[in-house]
Amino acid sequence: MILAWLILIPLATGLLAGAAGMWRPLSARLVALAGCVAQLLLVVALWGQAVSVGAHETWRLELTDVPWIPELGISFRLSADGLSLVLLALTAVLGLAAVLASWREIQQRVGFFHFQVMLVLAGVTGVFLAADLFLFYFFWELMLVPMYFLIDLWGHERRHRAAVKFFLFTQLSGLLMLVGILGLVFANQGHERTFSYQDLLAVQLAPAGALALMLGFWAAFAVKLPVVPFHTWLPDAHTEAPTAGSVLLAGLLLKTGAYGMIRFCLPLFPQTLDWAAPVFMALGVVGIIYGAVLAFAQTDFKRLIAYTSISHMGFVLIGVYAGNEIALTGAIVQMICHGLSTGGLFILAGALQERLGTRDLGRMGGLWSSAPRAGALAMVLAMASLGLPGLGNFVGEILVIVGAYAVSPGVAVGAAVGLVFATVYALWMMHRVFFGRPREGLRLRDLGQREVAVLGALVALLVILGLHPQPVIDMTQSTVSAIQSRIGAAQVDAERELFYEQPPNGMDSGIKWRSRWGDRP
Amino acid sequence: MKGGPWAGLLMFIPALPLLGFLLLALGVGRRSRWLVTAVGVGSVALSALLATELGLLFGYLNPARANVDVDWGSWLSVGDFRPTFGLYLDALSLAMVLVITVIGLLILVYSSRYMAEDPGYRRFFAYMNLFVGSMLVLVLADNLLALYLGWEGVGLCSYLLIGFWYQDPANSRAAIKAFLVTRVGDAALAVGIALLFTQFHTLQISELLRRAPEVWPVGAPLAVAAAALLLAGAVAKSAQLPLQTWLPDAMAGPTPVSALIHAATMVTAGVYLIARMHALFLLAPTVLALVAVIGAVTLLLAGCAALVQRDLKRVLAYSTMSQVGYMFVALGVGAWGAAIFHLVTHACFKSLLFLAAGVVIASLGEERDLFRMGGLRRSLPVAFGTFVVGGLSLAAFPLITAGYFSKDLILYSAWTSPQGSVWLWGAGVVGALLTSLYIFRVIFLVFFGAQKRQPERVGGLALEVPLLILAALAVAAGWAKGPLTAWLATALPPVAGATPASEMGLSAIATVVSLAGMALAALLYFRLPARVALWAQSSGPEVVRRLWRAGWGFDWLYDRVFVRPVVWLARVNRGDVFDDGFRAAAEAVELASRILRRTQTGRLRWYAAGVALGAILLVALMVVRP
Repeated sequence: MILAWLILIPLATGLLAGAAGMWRPLSARLVALAGCVAQLLLVVALWGQAVSVGAHETWRLELTDVPWIPELGISFRLSADGLSLVLLALTAVLGLAAVLASWREIQQRVGFFHFQVMLVLAGVTGVFLAADLFLFYFFWELMLVPMYFLIDLWGHERRHRAAVKFFLFTQLSGLLMLVGILGLVFANQGHERTFSYQDLLAVQLAPAGALALMLGFWAAFAVKLPVVPFHTWLPDAHTEAPTAGSVLLAGLLLKTGAYGMIRFCLPLFPQTLDWAAPVFMALGVVGIIYGAVLAFAQTDFKRLIAYTSISHMGFVLIGVYAGNEIALTGAIVQMICHGLSTGGLFILAGALQERLGTRDLGRMGGLWSSAPRAGALAMVLAMASLGLPGLGNFVGEILVIVGAYAVSPGVAVGAAVGLVFATVYALWMMHRVFFGRPREGLRLRDLGQREVAVLGALVALLVILGLHPQPVIDMTQSTVSAIQSRIGAAQVDAERELFYEQPPNGMDSGIKWRSRWGDRP
Repeated sequence: MKGGPWAGLLMFIPALPLLGFLLLALGVGRRSRWLVTAVGVGSVALSALLATELGLLFGYLNPARANVDVDWGSWLSVGDFRPTFGLYLDALSLAMVLVITVIGLLILVYSSRYMAEDPGYRRFFAYMNLFVGSMLVLVLADNLLALYLGWEGVGLCSYLLIGFWYQDPANSRAAIKAFLVTRVGDAALAVGIALLFTQFHTLQISELLRRAPEVWPVGAPLAVAAAALLLAGAVAKSAQLPLQTWLPDAMAGPTPVSALIHAATMVTAGVYLIARMHALFLLAPTVLALVAVIGAVTLLLAGCAALVQRDLKRVLAYSTMSQVGYMFVALGVGAWGAAIFHLVTHACFKSLLFLAAGVVIASLGEERDLFRMGGLRRSLPVAFGTFVVGGLSLAAFPLITAGYFSKDLILYSAWTSPQGSVWLWGAGVVGALLTSLYIFRVIFLVFFGAQKRQPERVGGLALEVPLLILAALAVAAGWAKGPLTAWLATALPPVAGATPASEMGLSAIATVVSLAGMALAALLYFRLPARVALWAQSSGPEVVRRLWRAGWGFDWLYDRVFVRPVVWLARVNRGDVFDDGFRAAAEAVELASRILRRTQTGRLRWYAAGVALGAILLVALMVVRP
């Protein structure tokens, strides 16, 4: 039942905050804050339990499924393994940060705002926990609607357009995933109809069918991640969203895309990897460089950060599809650290916009002298963004590069070139915002205690992950190796089909085979 | 060998400056400059003390047996990718540690006075401590990833300190340039690390050096690739061709920064890297030859550029580039020990030159133009005396200066080593001529002639004592040639298969050339100033001079070839071309809807006509295709 609580807490506190907001705005904030703290404590408790159990088994915590639509085999199945737990921790931390970052920014419809924020958190939590494909789809859509409202109601100048664009991209690709889910369920012939993830893992698929279904799933995840060229909703949405919306989008919603690839695309369709992995890794390289070059060209602070996300998610895509433990672990570490560093940058951009009334880089400059605390924190976040060793993002990126090198040196070189471009945009950003002579009359109130506390906590986490990422690595290790062994098994199967005249049906059926290089029995 | 009584001390050497950084960054000394100095200088002083103690212990024991490998804990572990924070101490890293801590300490003491009036005093010492700590991690790391941590850490500090006076956008731009150009090399190094790990499943340096020769034959393509990637990293960090362009601009930073980072330590990190990985380079003779050629070309080009600079610090920057070029020549001919020996002596005399120049610059109110200086030898006697000592050492004044011994060893190796050649030796000798010329040009322009401005009094023990100690080191470090090279030989193999040659004869030629350079500078400055002025105005030399002053136009070239196309591409595509596709799709849908909306007129006869038309069409279809 503990897993259901993880979803129920944000849901309940969200409703409560919505109601409390009608009475006093502050109470809505406090209720939402309490909800986030409670969720964080619960995740910490789960983490402690997982560590003390020690045995890193997949699907460690499972909720006995509650039937939902038994005729179709749909039930309310939740389960968590190391990967889920790590991402849940990120969700809780960023939820807390988002609520705190909105403390002063949001002054209208405060209750409703916090209701939407908590709803997004509930949806994301559900996505990370669902062990039933229909339930997964349900939560996937649940994230979408409140996020649409967050952008459309509390966003900046061109919010409506951005919100609609976000909705259309996500919704259309989500429908493709629904087709994929249904196709997979119907392909499961000769069994009782079921949407259970565990049962569907056993489905045998013809290669062409597997590819089509995989692409259906992948479409939804590729839009969310995003993969170039399906990324164009992201800059608009991130830029126009209020700070909390940008933090949740960049920090969590993008991660659901990567999570989906790791959870579904890899283990459900390992036979498609021969074809898909090289293509997707190439797309990852394109994304890294394309995103970085575009980031450099932006004049809007938030838009710049948005494009850096595209670049960083290229590393994740490569890591997921490189097909080895090192790269996949790197992708996961990169997901966590990108959430923290980019979340931090969006909070910072929000704080600047609150004070200056603009996001235009051309109207900033020289802010270090009046706001050294903001400058120093921004410097650490910029360094994290360009992959400086000692901060968490580097661990992710170097693992991806090392892992990718083993499969394709070219991809590793492409990713490393991305490091150079990342230097350009990160330093250029610092240059435009904080260095140079301050513009006439431009003075900035430095960050207050609340902001320093939030950003300081994110920076501290990045440093800890940079120097001691092992807890995260250990926690996800079982998931990673389970996936790798599935992929490995699929490859062995494929090879066996090449070498055996007939695939062996059982242990005792006489193995009649001939090797390709002659020697008939 | 693991452990040893001093192994526990080893970790404090990098940890103390890093702790100092942490304290300063978290706000210690916000109200008290004294506390900042205590933390900033004190932490490095303790490190230097420990390093000296280790050095004595090390020298007392047989160094070959005294190598220490201390495991400081795991960094991360995924599969067989298990880099640690291990520290490795041998003669090579100890030499580096001594240079970093001792010279670092002297420069920090100097800074405590030099930067005293600066509002960013605490920030300065925080960055400097982070730098010293990172540099120590770099040279002590026992695996490549920890080395990379230090490697990028010093790059960050270099960036932060070049742009220390951030209010001037030009400084910030110079800082970006330095970080960016070195990052190109860092990216190559990262790929090199990936390559080595993929091949050997370890990043432990000693393991790599042991196993590489077992797996790869000499000249194996992968060995060449790995060595080339490491070389790219080294070239960028050490400001060698073709990634040298950042160093002259890096002089935008405060002078103590130039002395510590851009002369004594960080720019020589590339030399350290190649020396540390020497076994790998021996497997790639082509790359090793390339190292020598890069060094030779760089030392000549930078020497020429140094001849014509107007900015005092830029002369020294080009000089650093040129001297590191000598070290690369030594590495390229396999004379690892000679390279490190020159690294040590260069650290002494070049930081001395920078610090003395700093006194000159500060006393003239941040004036850096050589032609607005002059006649300062009476008003700034300490700066004058120490600068001349440093200059003599740089110009390899025979038999008494440190620079003489180390440069001589390099030239001798360039001649005698099997990888050496007359050309490399010749480049070094021509370089020696250039060196004497440019440094004595500076000495004459700054300290002789008519005094153009009355300098302010800049002084105090904190400035002068480090200058005097460094001046002593710039001479005395040469006397340690015998023990130092013998000591380094325990970590770095000597030149194999050298053809014997008369050291006296070679030495004599180099000495004559370098003395001739000094004499020529004196002749041109004192006897023929009118001729020089006339000569400089004629058009031929003017072109050459402009080319050299611009550092051979590399900036111009890179700007056209790399910077502008990327900036142009980014500008053109600011709106994101992929979005145009989606926007076009959206507009097409909208257009279609507008057209179809026309049919919805609300008039019954139109609808009736539509139904009739549809019915006719259906019937027609049925008739045609039964």
